[in-house]
Amino acid sequence: MKEEFIISAYSENHIGLLNRITIIFTRRKVNIESLTVSESALRGISKFTIVVREERSRVENIVKQIEKQVDVLKAYFHMNDEMIFQEIALYKVPTQALMESDQIERMVRQHNARILEITKDYTVIEKTGHKEETQELFEGLNRFGVLQFIRSGRVAITRSSNERLSEFLAERDALLASIEMKSN
Amino acid sequence: MTAPSKEFMEMKQEAIQMTGAEAVIRSLLEEGVETIFGYPGGAIMPVYDALYDFDKQVRHILTRHEQGAVHAAQGYARVTGKVGVCFATSGPGATNLITGIADAMIDSTPLVCITGQVASPLLGTDAFQESDVVGISMPVTKWNYQITTPEEIPTAIAQAFYIARSGRPGPVLLDLTKDAQFGKFDFSYTRCEKIRSYVPEYPLDKGSLKTAADLIDGAKKPFLLFGQGVILSGAERELQEFIEKAGIPAAGTLLGLSALDSDHKLHTGMLGMHGNYGPNIKTNECDVLIAVGMRFDDRVTGDVKRYARQAKVIHLEIDPSEIDKIIKADVAVLGDAKKSLRMLTRLVKKQEHKEWVNEFHQAADIEMEQVIQRDLFPAKAGLTMGEVVRMSSELTNNHSVVVADVGQNQMAAARYSKFSQTRSHISSGGLGTMGFGLPAAIGAKIGAPDRDVVAFVGDGGLQMTIQELGTIAQEHLPVKVVVLNNHFLGMVRQWQQLFFERRYSFTEMVNPNFVKIAEGFGIPGKQVTTREELQVAMKEMIEHPGPYLLDVLVEKEDNIFPMVPSGASVSDILLSAEE
Repeated sequence: MKEEFIISAYSENHIGLLNRITIIFTRRKVNIESLTVSESALRGISKFTIVVREERSRVENIVKQIEKQVDVLKAYFHMNDEMIFQEIALYKVPTQALMESDQIERMVRQHNARILEITKDYTVIEKTGHKEETQELFEGLNRFGVLQFIRSGRVAITRSSNERLSEFLAERDALLASIEMKSN
Repeated sequence: MTAPSKEFMEMKQEAIQMTGAEAVIRSLLEEGVETIFGYPGGAIMPVYDALYDFDKQVRHILTRHEQGAVHAAQGYARVTGKVGVCFATSGPGATNLITGIADAMIDSTPLVCITGQVASPLLGTDAFQESDVVGISMPVTKWNYQITTPEEIPTAIAQAFYIARSGRPGPVLLDLTKDAQFGKFDFSYTRCEKIRSYVPEYPLDKGSLKTAADLIDGAKKPFLLFGQGVILSGAERELQEFIEKAGIPAAGTLLGLSALDSDHKLHTGMLGMHGNYGPNIKTNECDVLIAVGMRFDDRVTGDVKRYARQAKVIHLEIDPSEIDKIIKADVAVLGDAKKSLRMLTRLVKKQEHKEWVNEFHQAADIEMEQVIQRDLFPAKAGLTMGEVVRMSSELTNNHSVVVADVGQNQMAAARYSKFSQTRSHISSGGLGTMGFGLPAAIGAKIGAPDRDVVAFVGDGGLQMTIQELGTIAQEHLPVKVVVLNNHFLGMVRQWQQLFFERRYSFTEMVNPNFVKIAEGFGIPGKQVTTREELQVAMKEMIEHPGPYLLDVLVEKEDNIFPMVPSGASVSDILLSAEE
């Protein structure tokens, strides 16, 4: 059964690594629903957040393949209910529509959205939330004609623990020190 | 002005001003490289120019095609356990390496491939002989990296060697722009010992090993499968000690062959589609299956839904992504096979499983009667591939390095060669690359100059890389090439006969006179068609001090049996086409 999973990976910030990670999905003909890459709490370490709809066993396999990449520090996956996640959406509506009635303003209040910029031609509204929520606001606003709409990839944070990357790196150092390697 | 510190002075002494190109060669020497296989061209000319001054320290083998260079580097790596090194230029030179790199990736062969690239200001401009080699090679390399400044060269090469040979080995590609080769900098070299984002192997998994030992102690019918991981970790002796103490019959994968003496009393043969009868059927009768350094390739498992369902599976593996990938392990033991096996031997009880081992002998008798007898002592006049291979094995006292191409010749070589020492069987397993055999034999001979190297190739595969006869001739390499010539793409023809109603669609070959071709390269040879001629010529070939090509005209429409048909269970292995 296909379900939605959030795959997270920490990696070195190296050129080409995004490609190395996405081809793991391409090779298995798995579609990426959303992808966010950004610097983590530690400088030089990137965090990938990838959303897929797949069978659990395939996701397990993919996560192992991601972690196998030399420049990847750690990869894991979660179900939606194990993480707190958000997406951000921006909407551009005609300012005239905002002026003609109070409906847009009411929608902005109801949806906990906010107005970022108003010019005489257009107004830009921002909303953070789950996809259904940003979609719902889009449909509401679109009755007045949305000029432009954009939604980001997902960002997610676990419920179980903090992002203790520095502790992880210390553990990794200890692990690497414990392995006696062949010297050939 | 204060005097420079002591540390600074020492650093200054170590660092020598040189070009990036020279730094490449010096870095390779720091890694102990003695042999490079390659082919020059525009974008790698500075490196070749630097190489010109190092002919005493390093031997460069000029192949006739970059594919030949990479396969030779693979053969060298497989026979020595060292990292194989090859050079190619940008564009077509680099893309010609890709087949070999993909082959090395799937067969875990340590390689460092260095490709020239257009100067960095030209990257992405469709410059002459520019191709995105980093992009192209990404899915088939363990790691790759583009170097655009000379300062990056020592670190990148040190990391490349460390990554290629550590953990589960694999190919690494370094793409080196022309300006990085020309640029000057202060060179100093430090070998790489760790990379924080990379765990080459996990420490000994004592808990899992204890669970595994308990399972093995309680087993009535344990069976061990050994793969190339045993060879890669140098665990041949540990494997033997373990099976001898626990009394466990063992079988090898295609790439695991030669890890255990073929005549060892617990060696029951080869696994897989054309493997031996006993190992295949007993996989589905054993109660504990111990897989060591192997990855349950589909050519080994057949239908996974009907594979060893009755058995508890213990998987000793260095690569975490192989655990549960194909076959779910009841006990997964992560780590290096040598260390894990050594510990496991200490933990298990001494046992013998006489009746169970005897069942393998009975299966071997059935196979002998129904298959092997016919292959080795045919009643018909036509020569079989099996008898040719066995004759070579006997004439070299089972001491030769056997290199095989792909197809029927490969299966005959694997089935009928006997091995008495490790790293003696070199063949393209996972990728099944036709044309691998001849160039791989070049690398094998250079890596093992004191051993007989016999390459078994088909008439099809030989013609894919036949130009490497030129390399053999130029380097005076005493490689023995045995062409198992049936004028067919034999394995495809066999499948057409068995599964496509004998519709021989484009598998028949009109071949050139291979002996004359060899002669053109200055390589002696002989064509044989009878058993008597074969006896004489094979002996002549082995005793001849230089290279030799023996063209053996074998039965045209012979088949390799036993056979697990594609998608069938290992239990349904066929001993003949009539079944």
